[in-house]
Amino acid sequence: MEPILKPFKEQQAPPLQSSGFVVWLRSNFFSTWINSLMTIGLLWVIYQIGSFVINWGFIDAVWFGESAKACPNVHGACWAFVTDRWRLFVYGLYPSELRWRVDVFYGLGALTIAAFVFSFGPITKRLRLTMFIGFPIAAYILLVGGMVGLKYVTPEDFGGLLLTVVIAAVGIFASIPLGLILMLGRTSELKVISKVCAYYIEFWRGVPHIAVIVMFVALLPIFIPDGNKIDIVVRALIAFAAFNSAYMAEVFRGGLQSIPAGQFEASKAIGLSYWKMMGYIILPQAIRNSVPALVNTCISIFKETTIVLLIGFSDFLGIIQLSLEDPKWLGPPHIFSSAYVFAALIYFSFTFGMSKYSLRLENRTNVDH
Amino acid sequence: MSEEPVILFDKVNKWFGDFHVLRDIDLAVAKGERIVICGPSGSGKSTMIRCINRLEEHQQGTIIVDGIELTDDIKNIDSIRSEVGMVFQSFNLFPHMTVLDNLVIGQHLVRRLPKGEAEEVAMTYLERVKIADQANKHPGQLSGGQQQRVAIARSLCMKPKIMLFDEVTSALDPEMVKEVLDVMVDLAEEGMTMLVVTHEMGFARTVANRVIFMDEGQIIEENTPGAFFDNPASERAQSFIGQVLHHQ
Repeated sequence: MEPILKPFKEQQAPPLQSSGFVVWLRSNFFSTWINSLMTIGLLWVIYQIGSFVINWGFIDAVWFGESAKACPNVHGACWAFVTDRWRLFVYGLYPSELRWRVDVFYGLGALTIAAFVFSFGPITKRLRLTMFIGFPIAAYILLVGGMVGLKYVTPEDFGGLLLTVVIAAVGIFASIPLGLILMLGRTSELKVISKVCAYYIEFWRGVPHIAVIVMFVALLPIFIPDGNKIDIVVRALIAFAAFNSAYMAEVFRGGLQSIPAGQFEASKAIGLSYWKMMGYIILPQAIRNSVPALVNTCISIFKETTIVLLIGFSDFLGIIQLSLEDPKWLGPPHIFSSAYVFAALIYFSFTFGMSKYSLRLENRTNVDH
Repeated sequence: MSEEPVILFDKVNKWFGDFHVLRDIDLAVAKGERIVICGPSGSGKSTMIRCINRLEEHQQGTIIVDGIELTDDIKNIDSIRSEVGMVFQSFNLFPHMTVLDNLVIGQHLVRRLPKGEAEEVAMTYLERVKIADQANKHPGQLSGGQQQRVAIARSLCMKPKIMLFDEVTSALDPEMVKEVLDVMVDLAEEGMTMLVVTHEMGFARTVANRVIFMDEGQIIEENTPGAFFDNPASERAQSFIGQVLHHQ
């Protein structure tokens, strides 16, 4: 058969992408009549919700005032309740003359977050490490005191956003390393260790958290001699770390299972010991693959701090509820709804921040292509 | 053979569950010898060479590598692994590190070379496999052939006495096979002891001292490459060579 030769084609530029706002609108929102209909319908819904939010939350809202009397208008939000009580929400029962310590704590926290969100050139790594180790120590000294000339403040006086942030931060940062250790234990070849870790994880995952919190706070003193001397907040923190580390362990195990066997084999083949293999090759990849699930767990830890309400702590939500019972603010139910909307907004802004950070982390660490 | 063999298999048996994957393997490899192992899929070729650096454990018999017997003793395993380099079908580079760091990490953590020195060694080997210009990229940015050459360089950085190659060209696009084989031919010319599981018959003919044919977990036939390919003695080898050559 005669060969069939096709003429060689030179490389050509891609077809012109028609651009511009109108083209973009048409191709994304009005490409078919059904698409156009949905766009218009959705616009109408957005308009309705948006106008309600603006009217209720801004135009008809009352921003300042000292009691329920300031908010007679039931069609608008009663932000006066929030502006009147914000100190209590933010500081809890922390002694008012020592509140600067809480301010410094919040400031340091913001700096620590900034250190992880922004890049500072060659010192970035060292700065992050310093903040990562330094912040918890500084936070403890500042908030609890009793040393370096700072007056002791019992954690039982923490409250409001301060308590929420402390419980969430300790819950998250204690359960991450504990979870890693539990995961390594569960995947260990030593049967005793792996069984102990597996049962630990199954137990804490299987028990209702409320039961755990109550058990730690109420029953711990019975089992441990001098258990009464352990601060009640610390007991709650231990409970938080205990069950959240079980969840974290499973998050990391998921990440570990995504690592191909070849990575273990190549590490062994160049002679890396178990710990070096895990520390330098396997865990960095496994943790990176765990980020979405990890942040998911962090978000639920943050929201779940509210269960300390049940053992009588006044965390952020708790202190808002308490303030609503203040006779000064007893009034129409729209004060209630305003208060809870405010609480939801604050919780949302924290968790939304976490999820944004996790997306950045995923993009930054993605070096596969 | 006048010298002690660097690798000695004596009546080695291994099972995966009920499956008898290695059956009475006897094999002695002399220093500087280049052995090509071939055979149908599932014949135990990979398992056999993976026993040499104990990625697989044998259950019966003795394996002695460079005078050290392979036992459960962790110290032995580590010192044997530092003598034996291995290259895999799927490259297995560390994707979260640059090419250079892939080569540095073993030297730094196992051979305890300072970072700077390890980097120098790494660069010489990257140059040898002709890929020094890619040192600061991540493995995912390289082609399969390039990745496999990096993997060979990573093993060589550890200054192994023995190199194991487990179907290293099987996952490559055809036009990349040669660049990897060229590196291996180079290595053979330097006198490296090599055990190569491969179906590349051309490579076997030019490089190997000996070809080992395996089937169903046993060594069926051993011969020089010329004699083996032109005149296989066993029926199984005949039919295997027929099938492989048919494809090339």
